[in-house]
Amino acid sequence: MKIARQHSIEQEASERKKNFLEVSFGLNEERAFIEAKRCLECKNPICTEGCPVGIDIRSFVQLILQKDYLGAVQKIRETNYLPAICGRVCPQETQCEQVCTMGKKHEPVAIGKLERFVADFELANNLFCPPTISERRDEKVAIVGSGPAGLTCAAELGKLGYQVTIFEALHGIGGVLRYGIPEFRLPKKILDIEAERIQALGVKIYTNFLVGRTATIDELFDEWKFNAIFLGTGAGTPSFMGIPGESLSGVYSANEFLTRINLMKAYSFPEYDTPIRIGQQIAVIGGGNTAMDAVRTAKRLGAERAYLIYRRSREEMPAREEEIHHAEEEGIEFLLLTNPTKILGDKNNWVCGIECLKMELGDSDDSGRRKPVAIKDSEFVIPVQTVIEAVGQKPNPIIQQTTSGLNVGKRGTVVVNDVQQTSREGIFAGGDLTRGGATVILAMGDGKIAAKEIHKYLQAKSKKLEEQFTATTIAEPVLA
Amino acid sequence: MYLITHKEKLSQTITKYVVKAPFIAPKRKAGNFVILRVEEHGERIPITIVDSDAKEGTITLIVQAIGKTTKLLATKNVGDYILDVVGPLGNPTPIENHGAVVCIGGGVGTAEMLPIAKALKKAGNSIYTIIGARSKELIILENEMKEISDKTFITTDDGSYGRKGVVTDQLKDLLDAPLGISAVYAIGPLPMMKFVSLLTKQYDVQTLVSLNAIMVDGTGMCGGCRVTIGGEMKFACVDGPEFDGHQVDFDEMLMRSRSYLAMEKISDELFTHQCQLEK
Ligand SMILES: Cc1cc2nc3c(=O)[nH]c(=O)nc-3n(C[C@H](O)[C@H](O)[C@H](O)COP(=O)(O)OP(=O)(O)OC[C@H]3O[C@@H](n4cnc5c(N)ncnc54)[C@H](O)[C@@H]3O)c2cc1C
Ligand SMILES: Cc1cc2nc3c(=O)[nH]c(=O)nc-3n(C[C@H](O)[C@H](O)[C@H](O)COP(=O)(O)OP(=O)(O)OC[C@H]3O[C@@H](n4cnc5c(N)ncnc54)[C@H](O)[C@@H]3O)c2cc1C
Ligand code: SF4
Ligand code: FES
Repeated sequence: MKIARQHSIEQEASERKKNFLEVSFGLNEERAFIEAKRCLECKNPICTEGCPVGIDIRSFVQLILQKDYLGAVQKIRETNYLPAICGRVCPQETQCEQVCTMGKKHEPVAIGKLERFVADFELANNLFCPPTISERRDEKVAIVGSGPAGLTCAAELGKLGYQVTIFEALHGIGGVLRYGIPEFRLPKKILDIEAERIQALGVKIYTNFLVGRTATIDELFDEWKFNAIFLGTGAGTPSFMGIPGESLSGVYSANEFLTRINLMKAYSFPEYDTPIRIGQQIAVIGGGNTAMDAVRTAKRLGAERAYLIYRRSREEMPAREEEIHHAEEEGIEFLLLTNPTKILGDKNNWVCGIECLKMELGDSDDSGRRKPVAIKDSEFVIPVQTVIEAVGQKPNPIIQQTTSGLNVGKRGTVVVNDVQQTSREGIFAGGDLTRGGATVILAMGDGKIAAKEIHKYLQAKSKKLEEQFTATTIAEPVLA
Repeated sequence: MYLITHKEKLSQTITKYVVKAPFIAPKRKAGNFVILRVEEHGERIPITIVDSDAKEGTITLIVQAIGKTTKLLATKNVGDYILDVVGPLGNPTPIENHGAVVCIGGGVGTAEMLPIAKALKKAGNSIYTIIGARSKELIILENEMKEISDKTFITTDDGSYGRKGVVTDQLKDLLDAPLGISAVYAIGPLPMMKFVSLLTKQYDVQTLVSLNAIMVDGTGMCGGCRVTIGGEMKFACVDGPEFDGHQVDFDEMLMRSRSYLAMEKISDELFTHQCQLEK
């Protein structure tokens, strides 16, 4: 095959590191067409197996070749309700594109870029039409948390005609999609439109509602009369390394840093009231998507030198390949095989430096990854005024603590079976809450499975009620 | 959108608001707070729920205008709306019958103390209240406090009302007297809570303080409100906001609470300037 994989049109790195506009504009029609042509139309489209929600990739790619872009996006939406989002943030290189037949000898088909192309086409031309809901049902389902898990579950149940209400603690919906992932990777406008579309299915959304506090799970059942509940509260609580100096001013968790900027728009201070203070030199600790987002955001806020400190090597970095690449282009300085040991402060208690140790890779650990081992006497200090820790998250315990009978795993995750059912009847869960930190598409997959299961559960329940009802009416003789 | 149904000035800078929040009102307990955002461009700020009326579906907030957001709130009147209010947040204050307790409110902290003192009274405690402020104009809720207290003392820094001095002067006398004080609850500026805790430590009297850390989400998600309690990292919004005063690293907290001083000043000056222009 002679045609090369098509690339997105992107903002120049020198330009984009000064703004919050989207880095990538995606494929244009011409490139999308060429890219779609690269698909081999495999008899056994193994790409679909690589997709956590099983999108019929071959078919949607073929529809692009027929220039039926709306048909293509509708094909995707049969299994994935948020294509404009997944087309932007899914780690395709480890999912569909990793197994793509074309990738065996050449570069894989740019499935993610094609997904984004058709989703953007639908958006730009305002072609979305809400699915018809054939039947309205009386049962009420509560969705706790409006991240990708909750939104997907709500959409699926909305389509089935249930009375769905989403409860979200923050004032904006989307979970990490809103407060974590920056505008330059996922414009908030897309999220707003998705929210409207979900509301168009009859789904109600309450923001500023912290379940566990504003109302407990038991109250949602007993007083609010919900018939089933889906928990999609994510893994929002940040971990800290536990090194000296973490209480200094200028030390942030990536969550706080990104929330101030994405949810509260601190990059527009003082037009927006929430402040953020960042130094000329900043360091972000971690190697995941969160770390990459934080360090690139810091660069955009004007940091002259932005370091990414990661204790293993580039290969082990869990972040999406595209983001690592973009970060490198934007001049982020990677300090690999480096482990921070201490944050240093000045007399005003502001960060003024970070002390690190050089590492080397030793034997493999349980996860199969080689363990970083400190090199003796290799300490060095880099001057920085801001330190952002992106070293992992765990589920927020509010719901677990306020709900009896919910099985909770070791790392605070809610335990579910293979169909997302928790240990309590009528309560289902999914996404980062059950997995720990995972991905958008896995959260969506969980939301979908849960929706299907909730549907089954509610149908079985109403059938049982019906049987009971008929049983009693027959049993009682009519006394004329 | 949360409707303001009542507004009343308690002092030059302190205002009481009654706000429609039907889900929060029946759920709140003494010690709980809300996080609110006044307008679209606004910051999220934590404010204690001083009282609530489950039937009316309202909550009462008492707010001191000290910076941009609290001053912006003060421009809102009955019939206006607050954009976002989420709650009740934080753990309710542990209320027990200790016998005799001292409740200390410093400045606007008196408002935050009122619901706790009420709950303590209901639990059967004798209540000795100390209200402290810089001067007479800044004393709030004196009558409300008197109503539920066995005895109420006032201290002002400048001596314009009550005893001249600070709350710890009065507290020391109470601890020295044979009153059987077995717990102290203190809410006010950080330095006040620090010195109260230092004093009660000498007397080995259990002390609860409410930490006004800088918060963003209030749900345990950002870690911005982290404080060191007995050498351990805690999040004030979900682990607190009240903690054992003897375990709190106050000096660290004081430093952290100044993180945004320069920017708070910019916001405040811009806002005040704009208000002047509008006049
Ligand atoms: C900075 C960052 C970048 C990332 N980048 C990528 C990426 O590029 N690609 C990718 O696939 N994944 C990425 N991830 C991971 C991905 O975002 C998560 O796996 C995904 O968002 C999990 O979805 P969720 O629905 O389970 O939870 P979340 O998105 O965490 O949403 C949970 C929601 O529940 C709300 N909530 C919590 N508790 C309550 C309560 N008690 N009551 C009401 N509401 C509550 C929260 O406020 C939140 O809105 C990233 C994560 C971060 C932090
Ligand atoms: C749990 C909790 C409950 C609270 N309850 C009340 C209450 O009932 N009534 C009330 O008036 N205030 C209360 N506060 C304090 C209130 O949140 C702050 O006064 C408010 O955030 C200031 O916002 P601003 O934009 O007006 O001022 P800013 O410009 O942000 O700050 C102005 C000045 O206030 C100081 N400050 C900033 N944030 C806080 C804070 N969180 N606590 C104390 N000082 C601060 C700054 O150091 C600065 O000097 C509470 C705080 C917490 C954490
Ligand atoms: S595996 Fe690759 S080449 Fe084969 S159908 Fe899927 S996208 Fe096309
Ligand atoms: S305010 Fe964010 S964790 Fe407490």
